[in-house]
Amino acid sequence: MDLRNYSNKLLIKLYFDMLRIHKVQLHIESLYHLDEMKTPIHLSIGQEAIAVGVCANLYPKDYISSSHRGHGHYLAKGGDLKMLIAELYCRETGCSKGRGGSMHLVDTSVGHMGSSSIVGGGVPIGTGLGLSIQMKAEDRISVVFFGDGAVDEGVLYESINFAILKKLPVIFVYENNQFAVCSHVTARQAGEVIFHKTPEDLMPSHVVNGNSVMEVYETTQQAVIRARKKLGPSFIECKTYRVREHAGAGSDEKLGYRTAEEIREWESKCPVRAFSEILLRDGVLNETEIQVMEETIDCEIDEAFRFAQRSPLPKPEDVTKYLFCD
Amino acid sequence: MPWTKIKAEVNEPDYFLESDENVRRLSYSEAIHEALDQALQLDRRVFIMGQGVDDPSAMFGTTLNLHKKYGSHRVFDTPLAENALTGITTGAAIGGMRPVYFHNRPDFLFLAMDQLVNHASKWYYMFGGAVNVPLVVWACIGRGWGSAAQHSQALQGLFMHIPGLKLIMPSTCYDAKGLMLAAIADNNPVLIMEHRFNFRHKGYVPKAPYRVSIGKGIIRKQGKDISFIAISHMVTEAYKAAEELSREGIEAEVIDLRTLRPLDEEIILRSVSKTGLLLIADCGWKTGGITAEISALVAEKGFEFLKAPIRRVACPDVPTPSGYTLEDAFYIGCDDIINAAREILRIR
Repeated sequence: MDLRNYSNKLLIKLYFDMLRIHKVQLHIESLYHLDEMKTPIHLSIGQEAIAVGVCANLYPKDYISSSHRGHGHYLAKGGDLKMLIAELYCRETGCSKGRGGSMHLVDTSVGHMGSSSIVGGGVPIGTGLGLSIQMKAEDRISVVFFGDGAVDEGVLYESINFAILKKLPVIFVYENNQFAVCSHVTARQAGEVIFHKTPEDLMPSHVVNGNSVMEVYETTQQAVIRARKKLGPSFIECKTYRVREHAGAGSDEKLGYRTAEEIREWESKCPVRAFSEILLRDGVLNETEIQVMEETIDCEIDEAFRFAQRSPLPKPEDVTKYLFCD
Repeated sequence: MPWTKIKAEVNEPDYFLESDENVRRLSYSEAIHEALDQALQLDRRVFIMGQGVDDPSAMFGTTLNLHKKYGSHRVFDTPLAENALTGITTGAAIGGMRPVYFHNRPDFLFLAMDQLVNHASKWYYMFGGAVNVPLVVWACIGRGWGSAAQHSQALQGLFMHIPGLKLIMPSTCYDAKGLMLAAIADNNPVLIMEHRFNFRHKGYVPKAPYRVSIGKGIIRKQGKDISFIAISHMVTEAYKAAEELSREGIEAEVIDLRTLRPLDEEIILRSVSKTGLLLIADCGWKTGGITAEISALVAEKGFEFLKAPIRRVACPDVPTPSGYTLEDAFYIGCDDIINAAREILRIR
């Protein structure tokens, strides 16, 4: 891949955003055992390239819909970090005011319209956002993130059929991290996802290395052009791997459903480190600049955690608030 | 099958309206049609979709030819995919539209439960008020003519259980229009559960657009001796029962709840405090249903008013049979209400 086609500014942004998502999640993980973040976390460590490579093609007005494993999508789309951490700490200042938790993030100011923890549940909602764009003749697009678990679900096929039928400005981003809890994708699916066989004119379908931010970025760019030209949906499968446990902090090699060697192998393909090596090699960044980035991010993370820990908890008397919108 | 083109042949009671030859009467279907027509006219965000909304039978006539008037981008047929389409309407609503999603039968809502219950009904609360879902879902209970166990279910008990979902069951032509317009104007997901026996009605319907308040019941007949709480088609049956009993000098008060969520607790408790006797009539099953919920409400908040045990008139807890002799045994109506009322009055 020839990075010379891209500005240093873009390359540095891609790296910074991935590093930030990576470090935020490591920090969450390191404090999780204190049990102050009383919410089930689903880390996307090792999948940073997909969220960042896709969202770098989007404007704040573009929509995304996300899943239970959504910290990366939220941050890549520009969601507020303090409000994310406050949500994990169940605070009134959280992005969902302490009503949603880790699996239900939202930041409408940057087009993040909410994430569902029902596998595949966000798919039709992101598709429907695409329908609203088309009906209102708006200049924006909708991106739907989902995993291999959602490919097991009927609602995905129903939604994509509708998106093709109506030529909706929707991009379906399939993060194939190979596992639904402990079940491997090959134990659940009879073969490759069928959308790779969809005729090109109905819906182009792509397979990319999900651990390569540039591959994800370049492929998404084509899909974005198609959606903005109102030509219809696209489908992108990003092949990756869930290096952490399904939910919670740390590795789960002790469970025995996969080998430690397999986990190590994928950890060695860390998309953040892989990209840093390319940027160092090509002289886009040097070690000192990376060090400065790390420190900047660490400061921001510390500040966000302090903000969350000092924020008020929701009041018990407000338990019925937000049942209905006036 | 006679149901695709139900003729409006019964004038519904005018209740407290002065009976006047000059009042404009519409069929139940025409009343809903007028509401949809006006909503499409008044608000560019409104659109109508569902499998068959642009076909000749047009959802009991309620959507007839609206696709010709407003274009197939605003009134359109859909794949059957009930779950995804519910999610798609939810997404469209989040994106600023006002979808009205039609289903022929509530039975098919089971295929949409994930998106309706897990998603649309949760979105506003789950995100602390950041996003709301102004969505209307409509389905019509298909009683009779051998519809059997999967085309006739009255599922309001299930949907009343769901926080975050408003639930409406109109009984008159006037309310069918006014509640439809109120549902479309509402900023939350609203399920309108219709009953196809209501489509026999003609009734008073003003021409100009108007809304009936969601969450407010109405007294259809004043009475002092016993309270009949009913919804949807059972209001008609309860009213007939009350007329019959009034010939015997028994004055039943008939309350039409119109909305099950939010529930008008006050109108129930006020009536029971006056009469001391309560009969609840629902076209759904008995166990865990509407009659159970209202009984519990009165037991909790109005126990001191009761002079006799509460009586519930609801369908027996079996799937709907198909054959007409068994259908007759399964369904309840005016006579069951009268018999139950007499028993309560005797007990007292």
